[in-house]
Amino acid sequence: MNAIVTVARRELQQYFSTPLAYVFLVIFLILCSVFTFYIGNFFGRGQADLVSFFMFHPWLFLFLIPALAMRLWAEERKTGTIELLLTMPLTTTQVVIGKFLATWLFIGMALALTFPLWVTVNVLGEPDNGVIAISYLASFLLAAPYLAISVCMSSLTRNQVIAFVLSVAMCLLFMLSGFNAVTDLVTGWAPLWLVDTVQSFSFLTHYTAQMIKGVVSLKNIVFFTALTAFFLFANVIMIEQNKAQ
Amino acid sequence: MTISIKAISLSKNYAHSTVVDNISFAANQGDVVGFLGPNGAGKTTTMRMLTGYLLPDAGSVEVCGINIHTKPMLAKEKIGYLPEGAPLYPDMSVLEFLKFVGRVRKIGTKSLADRLEQTIDRIQLHTVLGKRIDNLSKGFKRRVGIAQAILHDPEILIMDEPTDGLDPNQKLEVRNLIREMAKDKVIILSTHILEEVDAVCNRILLIAGGKLLADKRPEELMLAHQNSLEKAFLNLTQGQQDRT
Repeated sequence: MNAIVTVARRELQQYFSTPLAYVFLVIFLILCSVFTFYIGNFFGRGQADLVSFFMFHPWLFLFLIPALAMRLWAEERKTGTIELLLTMPLTTTQVVIGKFLATWLFIGMALALTFPLWVTVNVLGEPDNGVIAISYLASFLLAAPYLAISVCMSSLTRNQVIAFVLSVAMCLLFMLSGFNAVTDLVTGWAPLWLVDTVQSFSFLTHYTAQMIKGVVSLKNIVFFTALTAFFLFANVIMIEQNKAQ
Repeated sequence: MTISIKAISLSKNYAHSTVVDNISFAANQGDVVGFLGPNGAGKTTTMRMLTGYLLPDAGSVEVCGINIHTKPMLAKEKIGYLPEGAPLYPDMSVLEFLKFVGRVRKIGTKSLADRLEQTIDRIQLHTVLGKRIDNLSKGFKRRVGIAQAILHDPEILIMDEPTDGLDPNQKLEVRNLIREMAKDKVIILSTHILEEVDAVCNRILLIAGGKLLADKRPEELMLAHQNSLEKAFLNLTQGQQDRT
């Protein structure tokens, strides 16, 4: 546990020792506001809720989380520090979890900094704060599989741009798997259960359709957790595999 | 527990070419072993296998009697390693970085302060402690790399070209440091600088084309080749290179 905390602390420290953390936070907050007020038409809707804020998170995360995570392994590879890290008495699992937790916590911070929106909606009306709290948790939970995918993709290459593109593509696939464009690929020949399975992998089905409306179901939580665990596990395997190459 | 490191029939292939071919040796306390060989001889790959960074295709490594592949956590605690090019986290300050290494190495808070002080004294890093690593000169970066390798006072110290890129004064300092520490450790260093081997090592492993060509004391090697290490190096490695 201590080892995970040590690795996570260093990663978090690294975010703040470069402009990356500040640039990310500022862009994230600006984009959140733009989406909520202009595209989401917050005032025009005349409703005291934050749906217009939360519904864009899957799209924001699609680009911002890969941008945040692309350096996690790719940079270690490029600078050679991966050799330092992997010859210290740490297990690969500890390093992977440490890197993941640091970045997830950072995303949590970014989400927490959107609190002025919550204040605004409370000043303007009487929203259901229970729903808002659940939506925040849902958004935080949604960030986990995006991040796990991105960390995993980052371990495939020493080039951060490649890591970014791979991550976005992979996250997009998971986002859109509920859409016809993706399901059409399998509907023609696959049995119905497979089509349903592919559809059930969509982030949007689990997040937008249910959680931001305040519906908490065990199924959604299990889905996000399992997907995160799967990609973190895949990441460990890839790093271990590299040792044998 | 004996302080020793043993390589047993290590082999490694990369895409159809054999980089390390059946290398075996054992080193014990007090040994300062110099890996000597031309560029691309397999020195770095061997070191990476010794430290557990790479898995060998065949063979095994025992660090103080512990197999590094079956019990990596225990074995890695005993090793201090300076990888090729001394990679460091550029965004950290020297002190932050050394503290991070200390925590990863599980040095308790109290003894960490002592170890830091000793190491900083020994490597003379006082003037740069607060500086970011990417602002340091090459010589200081190399020194920080050495500092992280010896911070936990390891039984086995493995350094890949520790003096590469240093000026003559700094080289001398590093050599003195190695001599000072040699008594109670096994030190393995790689180099292609002959004078360095002569200056600090009491044993030479000559590697070329992935093969171990000689495992001798410097005097023995020189005696067999007209009293010159350079001649020994040329005689032994040239034939090997022609073949590869």
